[in-house]
Amino acid sequence: MTAATLPDETLGARVKWTLHDYRAIVGQEFTHIVREPANFAWQLGFPIVMVLLFVYVFGSAMDVTGQGAGVDYVAYAMPGMFAMTMAFGFMNTAMAVAYAKEKGFVDRVRSMPMASSAVVVGRNIADTIHAAIDLTVLAVIALVIGWRSEGTLLETIGAFALLLWLRFALIWVGVWIGLSVKNVEQASNLFALAFPFGMVSSVFTPPELMPDWLGAIAAWNPVSATATAIRELFGNPAAVGGSWPETHALAAAILWPVAITLIFMPLAVRRFQNLGR
Amino acid sequence: MTTTTVEVENLGKRFKDTTALEGFGISAESGTVLGLLGPNGAGKTTTVRILTTLLRFDTGRAAVAGFDVARDARQVRRRIGLTGQQTAVDDLLTARQNLVLFGKLFRLNKAEARERAAELLDQFRLGEAADRSPKQFSGGMKRRLDLAASMILAPQVLFLDEPTTGLDPAGRREVWDTVSHLAADGTTVVLTTHYLDEADRLCDRIAVIDHGRNIVEDTPMGLKRRMGADRLEIVAADPDDLPVLVGIVEPLADGGVATDETAAAVSAPVTEPVAALTAAATAVRDKHLTVADIGLRRPTLDEAFLELIGTTGKEEDRT
Repeated sequence: MTAATLPDETLGARVKWTLHDYRAIVGQEFTHIVREPANFAWQLGFPIVMVLLFVYVFGSAMDVTGQGAGVDYVAYAMPGMFAMTMAFGFMNTAMAVAYAKEKGFVDRVRSMPMASSAVVVGRNIADTIHAAIDLTVLAVIALVIGWRSEGTLLETIGAFALLLWLRFALIWVGVWIGLSVKNVEQASNLFALAFPFGMVSSVFTPPELMPDWLGAIAAWNPVSATATAIRELFGNPAAVGGSWPETHALAAAILWPVAITLIFMPLAVRRFQNLGR
Repeated sequence: MTTTTVEVENLGKRFKDTTALEGFGISAESGTVLGLLGPNGAGKTTTVRILTTLLRFDTGRAAVAGFDVARDARQVRRRIGLTGQQTAVDDLLTARQNLVLFGKLFRLNKAEARERAAELLDQFRLGEAADRSPKQFSGGMKRRLDLAASMILAPQVLFLDEPTTGLDPAGRREVWDTVSHLAADGTTVVLTTHYLDEADRLCDRIAVIDHGRNIVEDTPMGLKRRMGADRLEIVAADPDDLPVLVGIVEPLADGGVATDETAAAVSAPVTEPVAALTAAATAVRDKHLTVADIGLRRPTLDEAFLELIGTTGKEEDRT
């Protein structure tokens, strides 16, 4: 158990040990879920409460199909809810990263002979898997409420893949925020910004029903793109406006996360490397 | 055999608008405890962060365990342990799960990591609490878990940043014992503290730091000696006797006699402490005086510290 027994630095060994480090960090996240299922449940509590509120409280007054209030609202709102959960999820990432940094955990790991990328990449993998679990739980609740995917199996899988794709991209935003803020408190304050990001979208209300300027923002919101695209894939399409992201929802739902990743992944990595400044 | 395991020369580090370190140098031989002593903001933590590869520096040279901190960070990381100011463990995991995780991140395989975790839990007397969350630990236990996590690969150099800050006396004692044992087993320890008794008790050498500079590096005894000679001190029972006492002390003194009216005390540096004390006691008895106390005082590390810090403070005032 001395330094001498540590592996050599050949490329193969490096790749192997880097993957080993990623696995350790991902494993840490799973131990969290197993040990503290209550935390996990609370994080899901928000979307669940929102589903119940919108479907049962506000839903009866919503006319999203033009065929009267309450008609098909579950079919409209559930895909939106999936998209919103993915959108807000990055705040969990931001807070987890801010916490690890504030507590000195990030420093401890940085002073170890491990692949330093594991902190950022491992977190991303762990949170993407975490998001897949979130989605599964939400889908079960949706089925219980009476929502059904009318699409083919492939389309349904594609829709869930698009949701995870959005979340994957936003996790980079979360890591970047988590490393940039001073402490967890600052990170949680940013929820005030994340909230309109999730809500000014087609998640609960079609953008056409909003004032023109707000509707335009909502139509171009990445969350709307994903929500609209998966509604089509689930076979619950809603009437959409004429803007490009609405008429090309599938393309927009693929491209938006690409753009977000291209911007925020380098920012997050740079931020991590600059912790040593 | 002694080798130098920590060597720092002429280190300089600037943050945006402040100079954190300037012309800073220290060294520590293997198996010794080096204390970095100084007020808050002196540059202690910056030094530790640089030596543990967490922070880049601007000028100078730093080597730990024979490797250059800037060029061979990875080699350095394999040979050091770090315990920062906070308990850097994962609260959502048990103590054991934490140590297994760190073991894996130190590139042990699963079986090795589990075995090492068990050894460390035993060594740091955490066996009974192994499967509880550190959230339920006392301050001393948390620190011990933190130390255990820093000891996964039995590091050559262990860095402790204010290891006892915020601990109760029992917790401090636990940490002190642990550090002493580790040093006795050959680990080089570099610790920062602003507790003088801690430095006095644990350290083989102390570097006194202020404003990013190393003011002096010496043994605890040497630092006290720098304060100059022992002092003969007599505390009067009746303040009216003070002039008489000054008369007794003056011929024995090797320097100015200090009179403290509030404490009713007279003191002066002496070169022959025992002879001076005997002479003073005899004189007091011959004059039939009653005194509250008479004795020799060796300067404390507190005085040495304040004296040294005070000097740099004055220098700064002049600029």
